[in-house]
Amino acid sequence: MSAASTGFASPAEALRLLGAVGYLADEEIATVVYLASRLEKPILVEGPAGTGKTELAKSVALALELRLIRLQCYEGLDEAKVLYEWNYRKQLLRIQVERGAKGDEGPAWSEVEEDIFSEEFLLARPVLQAISSPEPVVLLVDEIDRVELETEALLLEVLSDYQVSIPELGTVRATGVPLVFLTSNGTRELSEALKRRCLYLYLDYPTLERERAIVLERVPGIAEHLADEVVRVVALLRGLELEKHPSISETLDWARTLVLLGAEHADAATTRSTLNLLLKYRSDIETAARELALSGAGVSPPAP
Amino acid sequence: MIDVLSRFISELRDSGVPVSTREAIDAAVAVGEVPLLDREALRSALGATLIKSAEHRLAFTTAFDIFFSLRAAPPLIEEVLTSGEVPSMTGRAAEGSGQGGQGGAMPTEAELAEMVRDALLSGEAERLRDAARLSVARFGGVEASRPVGVSYYLHKTLRGVGLEDLLARLLSGALAPGSTESAQLGLPGSGALRERFAADELGRRGATFRSLVEDEIRRLLVEGRGASSVAKSARRPLIEDVDFMHASRDELAAMRRAIYPLARILAARLARRRRHGRRGPLDFRATIRRSLSQGGVPLEPRFRPPHPARPELFVLADVSGSVASFARFTVLLVYAIAAEFSKVRSAVFIDGVDEVTGLLRRSVSIADAIERLAREADVVQGDGHSDYGSAFRLFHERHARQLNAKTDLLILGDARNNYHASEAAILKDLQRRAHRVLWLNPEPRAYWGSGDSIIAEYAPFCDGVFECRNLRQLQAFVDELA
Repeated sequence: MSAASTGFASPAEALRLLGAVGYLADEEIATVVYLASRLEKPILVEGPAGTGKTELAKSVALALELRLIRLQCYEGLDEAKVLYEWNYRKQLLRIQVERGAKGDEGPAWSEVEEDIFSEEFLLARPVLQAISSPEPVVLLVDEIDRVELETEALLLEVLSDYQVSIPELGTVRATGVPLVFLTSNGTRELSEALKRRCLYLYLDYPTLERERAIVLERVPGIAEHLADEVVRVVALLRGLELEKHPSISETLDWARTLVLLGAEHADAATTRSTLNLLLKYRSDIETAARELALSGAGVSPPAP
Repeated sequence: MIDVLSRFISELRDSGVPVSTREAIDAAVAVGEVPLLDREALRSALGATLIKSAEHRLAFTTAFDIFFSLRAAPPLIEEVLTSGEVPSMTGRAAEGSGQGGQGGAMPTEAELAEMVRDALLSGEAERLRDAARLSVARFGGVEASRPVGVSYYLHKTLRGVGLEDLLARLLSGALAPGSTESAQLGLPGSGALRERFAADELGRRGATFRSLVEDEIRRLLVEGRGASSVAKSARRPLIEDVDFMHASRDELAAMRRAIYPLARILAARLARRRRHGRRGPLDFRATIRRSLSQGGVPLEPRFRPPHPARPELFVLADVSGSVASFARFTVLLVYAIAAEFSKVRSAVFIDGVDEVTGLLRRSVSIADAIERLAREADVVQGDGHSDYGSAFRLFHERHARQLNAKTDLLILGDARNNYHASEAAILKDLQRRAHRVLWLNPEPRAYWGSGDSIIAEYAPFCDGVFECRNLRQLQAFVDELA
């Protein structure tokens, strides 16, 4: 098993290696990532926006020292952007050059055909790159819920046999099975067939303890008590009924800002004035200010 | 293991989670890869291979906790006696019945209350678990042979402990400056925020305690009764199967999360239809690529897909008492759709009609929207019982001109007209003006046409009438639109 030799040796090792590159996984994440490399299956990562889905794939690549190939999905993404495309400009040039060189006669058709449909004229797109790469890679298919069903089916086909057939060239088979991450924000249900083939990982907002550890890890120079206050405020906000809850990255942004501002405490007044870093809708900011009684606290009591 | 696994999988299937054979095999392989004694690793391995949707996670957790409950728990009382954490208890005579056969020392109610309190304050997992176990032994009175579920004993135990009161007392204690509780909780912050922190933290610990109590009860039940039987009584309908009309508050909240993606799909589906058959500008690259197979002669021009137009939608919803809970859901749906449609307009009716587009837009949240609807929408003209005929007439008067060939009219209601005139002809005219008229009925199809339901009179003038009692049916409706 080629992937096994490059993958993680155990969930504990996955936890350790991911931690070493700055991604604080929990036991579930580590187990699923480990299983994916053992079972050679793609991982479908779902969860609210900003819980580190994309970050996970990047960190795994970093931790295993593998190349990361990323395919960003969007509506209208087609085969030519996913698998491969013929470099038609180069092909046209080639035909013209041939014509120029041999006068009006031109070369035999079969000669040209063989010539212009060779690897030289092939533009490999992310999925083909991942498959044809001689060393194992991490393939990140980001926001797969954005593509149409047809493209999803295409991906599905590739991900089930790890091979791509190009009519003019033949079949390209994967030498090492890539470690595949599919992320989805759940804007639409993915097909059952795709789900069946994947391992499923739901990334929710982290627990208080884990988020505190993340803040301490990622925000240089933050005091422990401030990190604690930051994640507690964020936990309160996530408990409210809002349009959009603060994500981990927004927590980090906020924590960094507080450090830059030199704030000793995340008290009511400071929180109120920097709430726009955590919440991106005006109505949310109003709700939060009202619910947490932030606006009423005009004077912030001095720190002990 | 394979035996437990296959029973576990069939329990999942019975509770409505689709598990394919392929997934079952994956699960078996995955289980072999993780340390067997690590329960959390086992949970992750099974979860990753068997559960492929966020909505099924609750069913999975419930079943997992039952099938893989902590069976070999060390004898409870012994643990307490040897740990020495509750020294006052040693040597005390058994009080009450004790727990089945073990008959060790049992703390009195006061001691137990003290213990729970301390455990909650310290927040240490071990102490919370011990306290939870003792509480169940003291108050739960679990008899595995009785055909009652986990929630019954849970309720009984928590009432015995007085968890709510205890938490409230702890909270007020924690808020008093300089109190021992405040010091023990060790919370940061000041002023109003500090109060919220304390409430939040205590709430969290209370929830942990609660789930530990639940674990213990479940363990006792499984010991006595077997996992399959316990699982059966713990089974709850998946959120997609919950009837809108009888949904609890928690279920409505879960539906809310599920409904946003659905609204987005609905919008996308309606948009796709409009994209059909039209062409965008010439796609030069694709045309040349195509021409290569014809020797560079562009025989077949290729076009870019056109930019999808945002469709228009008019939602007309019955908010009378008979469909009150459906109406809550309706507002939810309308609220979610509004973000996706350029022109979504909504009106609500009982026997009068009131357009509520602006009202919904001004609302900060769904709860707010529902409250405003109740307060501000002017929907009662006569006796306050739904009158579809009168509502259609008024709607036609005010809004008929705003319907055009691009507008879909979506009607939500049970068509129970309280024996008023149906005025179906008006609906016919509305259908003529609009692109489509679609009707979602929250009643089971079997009840249609019974009593004062006159859906049959309206159906000929709708482009589709759909039963829509739960998320699954709503999903089916959305799929059908494609």
